[in-house]
Amino acid sequence: MTLALYHPVPSPVHRAPAGLKLLVLAALGVLLFVVPRLYLVGGALAGVLAVGLGLGGLPVRVLWAQVRPVLIWLAALFVVHLLVTDAATGALAVSRLLTLVLAAAVVTATSRVTELVDVVERICSPLRWVGVRPARIGLVIAMTLRFIPLIAERAARIREAQAARGGARRLTVLVVPLLVQVLQMAHTTAEALDARGADDEPLPRRRRRDR
Amino acid sequence: MTGWRRRGTPAAVAAAVPRTAIEVRRVGHAYGERPVLHDVTLTLAEHRIGVIGGNGSGKSTFARLLNGLVLPTEGQVLVDGLDTRTDLRAVRRRVGFVFQDPDAQIVHPTVAEDVAFGLQNQGVPAEERAVRVAEVLDRYGLAGHADHPAHLLSGGQKQLLAIAGVLVMRPLRVVFDEPTTLLDLANKRRIARVVAELEQDVVVVTHDLDLLAGFDRVVVFAAGRVVADGPPAESVAAYLASMA
Repeated sequence: MTLALYHPVPSPVHRAPAGLKLLVLAALGVLLFVVPRLYLVGGALAGVLAVGLGLGGLPVRVLWAQVRPVLIWLAALFVVHLLVTDAATGALAVSRLLTLVLAAAVVTATSRVTELVDVVERICSPLRWVGVRPARIGLVIAMTLRFIPLIAERAARIREAQAARGGARRLTVLVVPLLVQVLQMAHTTAEALDARGADDEPLPRRRRRDR
Repeated sequence: MTGWRRRGTPAAVAAAVPRTAIEVRRVGHAYGERPVLHDVTLTLAEHRIGVIGGNGSGKSTFARLLNGLVLPTEGQVLVDGLDTRTDLRAVRRRVGFVFQDPDAQIVHPTVAEDVAFGLQNQGVPAEERAVRVAEVLDRYGLAGHADHPAHLLSGGQKQLLAIAGVLVMRPLRVVFDEPTTLLDLANKRRIARVVAELEQDVVVVTHDLDLLAGFDRVVVFAAGRVVADGPPAESVAAYLASMA
């Protein structure tokens, strides 16, 4: 399993601020749903591909890797529309989602996680007034991205160990040892966060004066 | 403890980083009702100190006491005079800690981002952060992996990344908790070289006796007590005899 989303290539899209890219992504999402016209969606799809593959210099495989897992859901959505509405509406719905998935893939492939997390932290900064530390929210997002593949790897190891001893592939048999391992890892990770000064995070300006 | 000779360290290197002294005074520790350390008193001032002992002997708990990951239930641990109970942040800035399993220590998805984590916590400005991260990645042969996902690195590279993530914070002493346990022979040798070349003072908890070559002092733990303490050859001989 891989969450290797960032693809480092020198390009103007990579250099553009992550906040701007997220803003354009959000605006595109609103536009595609507010103006449900196939020509608009087609134009947006062409634009996203031009920005990603042309201007951003991303290889086709990078975008394909992000689109492939959702293809089955897009196909299912189209079939539902065929049964419930018509082919044109189905094509519009599918192409709209495909465009947004590709646009999101372009944003994540051209922005480092820290850049995206910084944007999230800035958006969350007003929450400081109610005692929330935005840096913690950013850390949670980064750690989620870091630990998903690691937990998947641990799950695969447990499955292998069970298969080697003739164990059945049952979910319940996997979950308990995985949970134990994840809790042990969480304990060590908490220690590592302490050791690397996670509590030293600079305090919000209002509280810093109190020190 | 005094009179220890610093071996294998060029004078220029030894002078480059300030030395640290850790005093462990009559320390005991228990996890709930289970005691793991009893009345340990040591002064750690040598450049390279090894800690060995059987499983459950208390050596990992001892290591965790040195930068305040574990606080003593009895006694006191002082790092350059700073008490781990009352000056925890200052202690942790002086003493870095490298864990046995690097996977649990790496908290960011990509290599450079993870190395930068500790500097962000220290409030180091972005420009200086970038320079220091690049320096340390270059030093440990990870410069070409800066934007790579951490989970795709080999075991040896992950351990190097974990070490880089600690050293970029410029601690004065680094505590390693069994840093070579999960590694193959080539990577064990690589980590041993890294430890040997460090300018900082080190404390290495290990089962790997080869790692202790050239160390200044080795402390042996058994059942939560110090049972031998001295030059590596003597301590290792005492340890091997106790295991026979």
